[in-house]
Amino acid sequence: MPSLKYHLRFPEEKVPSPIVYEIGKEYPVVTNIRGANVTETTGWLNLELTGEIADIERAVEGLKQKGIQVDPIELDVIE
Amino acid sequence: MTGKIKGLKCRECGRAYPADPIHVCEMCFGPLEVDYNYDVIKQTLTRESIEKGPPSLWRYIDLLPVEGRATVGLDAGYTPLVHAKNLGAQLGLDELYIKNDTVNHPTLSFKDRVVAVALTRAREMGFETVACASTGNLANAVAAQAAQAGMRCFVFIPANLEAGKVLGNLVYRPTVVEVEGNYDDVNRLCSEIASKYPWAFVNVNIRPYYAEGSKSLAYETVEQLGWKAPDQVVIPIASGSLLTKIWKGLHELHQLGFIDPVTTKLHGAQAEGCSPVATAFKRGVDFFKPVKPNTIAKSLAIGNPADGYYAIKATNESAGSMDFVSDDEIVDGIKTLAQTEGIFAETAGGVTIGVLKKLVKNGLIKKGDVTVAYVTGNGLKTQEAIAEFVGRPVRILPKLQSFEEGVPHAN
Ligand SMILES: Cc1ncc(COP(=O)(O)O)c(C=O)c1O
Ligand SMILES: [Zn+2]
Repeated sequence: MPSLKYHLRFPEEKVPSPIVYEIGKEYPVVTNIRGANVTETTGWLNLELTGEIADIERAVEGLKQKGIQVDPIELDVIE
Repeated sequence: MTGKIKGLKCRECGRAYPADPIHVCEMCFGPLEVDYNYDVIKQTLTRESIEKGPPSLWRYIDLLPVEGRATVGLDAGYTPLVHAKNLGAQLGLDELYIKNDTVNHPTLSFKDRVVAVALTRAREMGFETVACASTGNLANAVAAQAAQAGMRCFVFIPANLEAGKVLGNLVYRPTVVEVEGNYDDVNRLCSEIASKYPWAFVNVNIRPYYAEGSKSLAYETVEQLGWKAPDQVVIPIASGSLLTKIWKGLHELHQLGFIDPVTTKLHGAQAEGCSPVATAFKRGVDFFKPVKPNTIAKSLAIGNPADGYYAIKATNESAGSMDFVSDDEIVDGIKTLAQTEGIFAETAGGVTIGVLKKLVKNGLIKKGDVTVAYVTGNGLKTQEAIAEFVGRPVRILPKLQSFEEGVPHAN
C-alpha cells in the first residue's frame, strides 16, 4: 500500500489537541510520526500516512480542515 | 577520483545511507546530504591541481558528488569575479566584488551549476528521464542541458504562467506539463510523481546531489580572490540552498587546508513580498512561517522554502544577517548595477544589490571589507520587471538640426 510523507505545522491553539489520533480514527489510514518538535506555542510533525491514495488525500483534507498546515515533506519544490 | 563519496547522511539524525537517488531519511524524514571522505580527497587534491583544471565548475570535480567524469553542463561555472570599483566608490567600499553569474552557461543563471551536477549524476546513476518543477531559471537550465545530454525531460508548471516564460522552455522541446490548480496543488502533485516514477526529479529525489553544485560558487570566489575567503558575502535566498552550500563550500576549503579558518559573514537577501526566511531571522527565531509570495522577484518567490531553516542556522553560525527589500528597491538595485558596472541582472540580482546597499548603510559592511555580492541571473530574463522604469529613447527627425536641438548634450 502506498505511503506518503508530510510535514505538518500546528498553530498555537491546536498544539494541545490529539489531531493525529483523530485522523487515524476518522480515515482508513495508518499514521506514523517520525519526527516532531512541539512546544507550548508552536509545533511541527513529520508524519507518514499509509493507505489507498484516495484515502490519504481525504485524510490530508481532513487535517487541513482542522486548521493544520499540511505540506509534502519536501516543502516547496517549484523553483 | 574513486572513494571520495562516503554516501548520504541525514542532516537531522546523522543516519548514513548509500549514495542512491533518495532524499529523505527513512527514520526521521529529515533531508539527506552528501558526505565525503575528505581524507581521500586530500591525498591528491591541491590548489595547483585545481588551477590546472578546465575553466568551468568541473575544475572542482573532486569536491562534487559524481563518481565518473563530467558529461553534462561542461561549460557551466567559472564566471567572472568583477572588482566593482564604480559601485564600490558609490557605496564607499574599496573591495567590492560581483560574482557575475548573469553570464553562466548555457542559460545565464546560477541554476546551470546545480543542473550540470544533477544531470551528470543522474546519468551515471542510469536515469534516462529528468524532471523539475519550475517557473523560470531552473526549468531553463534543465530543459537546455537535457537537450544537450539527449535525455528525456519533463517540466511542470502551474497553468496560466506568462507566455514568455513558457516559450523559453518549449524551444528546447521538453514535455512542458501545465497543471491546473493553484501553486500548492502543483507542488503536491510533483512530490507524488517524484515518489512514484523512476525519474531523476532534479530538485526532489536528486536534490542531495543537485544542491552540491552551488558549492562551486564558494570555491570559485575563493580561488579568484587568490585563495582567500571574503569577509562579507551577500546571497539571495529562495529555497535557502544556495546560501547553505556556499557556507559548506567555504568550510570544506578550510578543512582541506587551502584557506585559513572561515570568518566570512553571510548576509541573506530576500524580497519583501516573499521574505519568510529573512523575517524569521530578524525576529530571532529559527522556524519560519510560510507565506504567499507577492513580488517582482519571481525567481526568489518560494513561500515555504525547503532549506529555510538551514539558511537561518548557517547565517547565525557566521554571525551574519538577513534583510529584505521592496520591489522599488529591487528595480533601483538592477539599475544601479547596470549603470555602474555594466552588468544587467534579473530581479534576484536587484535583491542582492538592494540588500548590499542596506548593509552598508546600517554599518554592517565596512569600507575595507572584502565583500562579494552574488548576482545570480541575467536581466534579459526579467525585462518586464523594469520596462516602465528605464525611460524612453529621445525621438528626432532625420535632420541634423533636429539632432542638435532635440538631443541633450549633442553639441
Ligand atoms: C537567479 C536566482 N538566484 C537565486 C536563487 C536562490 O537559490 P536557492 O533556491 O538555492 O536559495 C534562485 C532560485 O531559486 C534563482 O533563480
Ligand atoms: Zn534522520
